[in-house]
Amino acid sequence: MAPDKGVQVMRAMIARRKRWDVIFAIVGLFSMLGGVVTLAALIGSMAMEGVPRLSWDFFTSFPSRHADKAGILSAWVGTTLVMLVTALTAVPLGIAAGVYLEEYAAKNWITDLIEINVTNLAGVPSIIYGLLALGLFVYQLDLGQSIVAAGLTLAILILPVVIVATRESIRAIPGTIREGAFALGATKWQTVSQHVVPYSMAGILTGVIIGLSRAIGETAPIITIGALTYIAFLPDSPIKSEFPYVSFEWLSSAFTVMPIQMFNWVSRPQEAFHVNAAAAGLVLIVMTLLMNALAIFIRYHFRKRIKW
Amino acid sequence: MPQTAMGTLKAEVKDLNFYYGNYQALKSINLPVADKQITALIGPSGCGKSTFLRCFNRMHDLYAGNRYEGEIGLHPDGVNILNPKIDPIEVRMRIGMVFQKPNPFPKSIYENVAYGLRVRGVNKRRILDEKVEQALRGAALWNEVKDRLNNLAFNLSGGQQQRLCIARALATDPEIILFDEPTSALDPIATASIEELIAELKEQVTILIVTHNMQQAARVSSYTAFMHLGEVVEFGETGGIFTNPSKKQTEDYITGRYG
Repeated sequence: MAPDKGVQVMRAMIARRKRWDVIFAIVGLFSMLGGVVTLAALIGSMAMEGVPRLSWDFFTSFPSRHADKAGILSAWVGTTLVMLVTALTAVPLGIAAGVYLEEYAAKNWITDLIEINVTNLAGVPSIIYGLLALGLFVYQLDLGQSIVAAGLTLAILILPVVIVATRESIRAIPGTIREGAFALGATKWQTVSQHVVPYSMAGILTGVIIGLSRAIGETAPIITIGALTYIAFLPDSPIKSEFPYVSFEWLSSAFTVMPIQMFNWVSRPQEAFHVNAAAAGLVLIVMTLLMNALAIFIRYHFRKRIKW
Repeated sequence: MPQTAMGTLKAEVKDLNFYYGNYQALKSINLPVADKQITALIGPSGCGKSTFLRCFNRMHDLYAGNRYEGEIGLHPDGVNILNPKIDPIEVRMRIGMVFQKPNPFPKSIYENVAYGLRVRGVNKRRILDEKVEQALRGAALWNEVKDRLNNLAFNLSGGQQQRLCIARALATDPEIILFDEPTSALDPIATASIEELIAELKEQVTILIVTHNMQQAARVSSYTAFMHLGEVVEFGETGGIFTNPSKKQTEDYITGRYG
């Protein structure tokens, strides 16, 4: 028996409405491919240009007038040390600020205002941070064009990201867990330090690493505070053979970082330097990807114990 | 501790009003709490029974804008635990709580039970071991978990998690334990075991239990308070409330005409 009229009308209507599923699926697919293919093409062409240049010498040589002898030693050491300063500053400050805003600060219009500002700060162009840092760190605090000045600059740059990530992951902790700790007679500090922060660590660290991956590629603020583009020496070693065995001389050393080294090479006319830039770009991308992989690993590692 | 017709009293609620901001959630509540007995709070959703329960450990202090009036005297010392000069932490160290949904910490079974002691600065392994075992035995969980005390608490079943939360509350030897609908997230078998446990616990501790399940109140409690719209409508021995309520509202509720 053929379906009656009503059912046929309904089927026609369903078919008509479902057309939009197909249309969107196609539009969406092309949008996605547009992004992914462009990115893949960029990385691919850079890889093809740069891979042949990658060698042990490339990592262990200082920049040079001769493209084939130039390397990224001072750049990757500089990037590593600057990132170290950035992480050591931004992580404790950002977590403390986030925890304070979420757990301790009174909930009123002032905290609302601060919250809006913190969120907006995350979107301020990075060169503005560079100008601020030039005035504050380089001149006012007289830190000069040093690793510590650069590290602090990038730290303020990513501070909003860390604060927002901290607040969001703290908010994701169920109120019943907090109440459970308080009900046992815990103080606020005990609840925060023994429950709230440890359980939000996955989200916080993810935010930290996203922030650091942004910072590692930043060029504008570092140029603004006056990083040099040609550095043929390494900062003073932090470890010494005689007492007190550690030294903080390196903090005030001049430096360069990966993106600046790249920028320098790209802006030269000789083709051979462009190959160097592509190779350095590859190294920078791998550094960023490794940090993101670390973020994923940390998230997985912390979250596998926690399910609400 | 004051003696009355109800026997020894553990706590007395006098003219308690409670406000969420401008909204008055509890209205001049008076209630005696018998020592080492189970007192049940029943009533329809939104009647204020959980709000009332959470006054006993000053849980409302965690959120801004809440205000208490009146007093809850906690015996033997008779201190008014609602007095703003009394630190809520002191109150919570004397009065434990078990929540509606099991809320173990994402830590090991052992650390969950030990947490209340650690908060108090107890860190000696020998004392902790002893107290943890005692509390887990008290919560009828010891035999099930004694070989895996270092496992995560989340790996336990819902009923076991709730018994773990009871053990966690027991470990610090509280004077009163508050139960806020402790079986509402559990299946009937787990519910029965929790009820049995609560009934046993009254040997050692005074219990206040909020429940939306009237059979549960009838089964476990000695005294019952029926609440409606933020007031205690009727209070008395559980048998009396369920078989011979004196107020029409109580009768309507327990016979299922509303709620």
